[in-house]
Amino acid sequence: MAAWNENGADTGIRLAASALCAGYDGASILSDIDLTIPTGKMSVLVGANGSGKSTLLKTMARILTPSSGTVLLDGKSVHAAKTRDVARKMGLLPQGPIAPEGLTVRELVAQGRFPHQGLMRQWTREDEDAVNAAMATAGITEFADRPVDSLSGGQRQRCWIAMVLAQETDLLLLDEPTTFLDLKVQVDLMELLADLAHARGRTLVIVLHELSLAAAYADHLVMMKDGRIVCAGAPETIFTAERLKHVFDLEARVVRDAETGHLVCVPLGAHARRKASVRVA
Amino acid sequence: MSAAAHEPQARMHFAAFSGVPVLLGITVLLFALHIAVGAKPLPLGTVLEAIFARDATVFDHMIIWDLRLPRALIALAVGASLAVSGALMQGVTRNPLADPGILGLMAGASFAVVVTAFFFGTAPLVFLPWIAAAGALVAALVVYFIALWAPGGATPLTLTLSGAAITAFLSAIISIAHLLNEDSFENLRVWLSGSLAGRDIEMLYITGPWIAVGLLVAFSLARQVTALAMGDDVAKGLGVKTGWLKAQLLITVVVLTACAVALAGPMGFVGLVIPHVVRLFVGSDYRWIVPYSAILGAAYLLGVDIIARIAIAPREISTGIITAMVGAPVFIHLVRMRAR
Repeated sequence: MAAWNENGADTGIRLAASALCAGYDGASILSDIDLTIPTGKMSVLVGANGSGKSTLLKTMARILTPSSGTVLLDGKSVHAAKTRDVARKMGLLPQGPIAPEGLTVRELVAQGRFPHQGLMRQWTREDEDAVNAAMATAGITEFADRPVDSLSGGQRQRCWIAMVLAQETDLLLLDEPTTFLDLKVQVDLMELLADLAHARGRTLVIVLHELSLAAAYADHLVMMKDGRIVCAGAPETIFTAERLKHVFDLEARVVRDAETGHLVCVPLGAHARRKASVRVA
Repeated sequence: MSAAAHEPQARMHFAAFSGVPVLLGITVLLFALHIAVGAKPLPLGTVLEAIFARDATVFDHMIIWDLRLPRALIALAVGASLAVSGALMQGVTRNPLADPGILGLMAGASFAVVVTAFFFGTAPLVFLPWIAAAGALVAALVVYFIALWAPGGATPLTLTLSGAAITAFLSAIISIAHLLNEDSFENLRVWLSGSLAGRDIEMLYITGPWIAVGLLVAFSLARQVTALAMGDDVAKGLGVKTGWLKAQLLITVVVLTACAVALAGPMGFVGLVIPHVVRLFVGSDYRWIVPYSAILGAAYLLGVDIIARIAIAPREISTGIITAMVGAPVFIHLVRMRAR
């Protein structure tokens, strides 16, 4: 796979997977994944439950070791690189993390400085500034000295995002950062993440459940089914009713919101259709 | 960022630091008090005189140097070792109920020592910590794997249950060995109740360096334990080698527990109680929890041993009985509060 590697260097691709196979305890989940992550953009992985989107993210984040194939970060295999070196380039927010009881927001965010510290190199002004900047970006400065477990779900998720931001990595991988949150909170978080990509040039890879949010915010949408990538590209080109039927086995219409221009998925269950026909009659 | 924004972190660290001299002062005071009380109470002046201006011809100085100072040092070492072991175990297993006693390490260490004594007579003292360490390691792994195979995996509940089961099983075998060979077990019997009475100072020379190394390793790993306490995936994302870290922590805990057991027998609940008390004051960052646990654990066991010696004087209670009497209610409280 030297081809895209060379191309990658030309176009500034920093993270890519090639011929990647991975799974848990011998059961294969991902088969033969080739994926390049556009730099400075928000890439969103979607797919039905069990489609392998989280597995792909975890393998790229070196939480899982692939059975074959490689994940390249700046042209080097992440699974062969020193774990601390990778952590200085790529941050990870796993699904549903839990803060130890009583840990304050500031203490949690300060953990993001871990890869920049060592036994001999202790806390510095630089670390302090990174933590304060991360909390400001995530909008949680006012909670700095409160225990994380006393905050709401959305605020807590912002704390975790701030922790990953304090890591000061160009690449951020997030596994379902909006799951179990109110829609309004989900939208606020997506706005924050989109800002990171568009205003601050970070490269984001996000696993999302919510299809319309994915279509609205993704620069690069990746649809997965049965451990394979079905299609990848701008939502504008790949977010279609046929694809949703194929990837999610979902009867839906894709309509464009007149005001925002966003593509929206409207599911067509039997009940919804019956209602529609009643209204027509 | 402005100086104002810098302040909260600085203040927190100041608060966390400022406790150290206070706690060290209390520990030193308890240390002196521990030496002063006993069958023949000695004035604190004599204690200080004996330590700083030793006169080998003075009888009181002899008591202090040969009997009381060793015992105080052993209490110090055992308290610090067990409290730090408990803190590390609670961090690595994300289990508030973790403790070397509850998760079977102490029973494993005691069992190994008893079995060795049963088959080979009294083993040379030098080997005792290593025999205890082997027993603690095997017991820890057995408890972990039993919990792992239980439905739901290694949760606080399954770990605690499997630790209790292994402890009960090993204690039963120890009792059988005791019944079969009562004479040679008479001196082990006191040791098995967790006692600081009549301990051999020789053992402190043997285990002391290992305890020192264990505590230093624990301090140096503390920062990574905080990251690990947030979950394996988060820790890996931050660049922690979680597998290697857990192996290092397991060895550290086993060595500290084994040294403590070799010194004073199984002393229950110290590793459970102390880190929780420390958390009330310094929060959830193991960089603070581990060193504070070491100091508070040492102070605690000195205090408990003072009570053990004066409560029913001239006789004394096994120190381990008092730590259990204090620890059990705390354990019940934690079960009610946290392990829901």
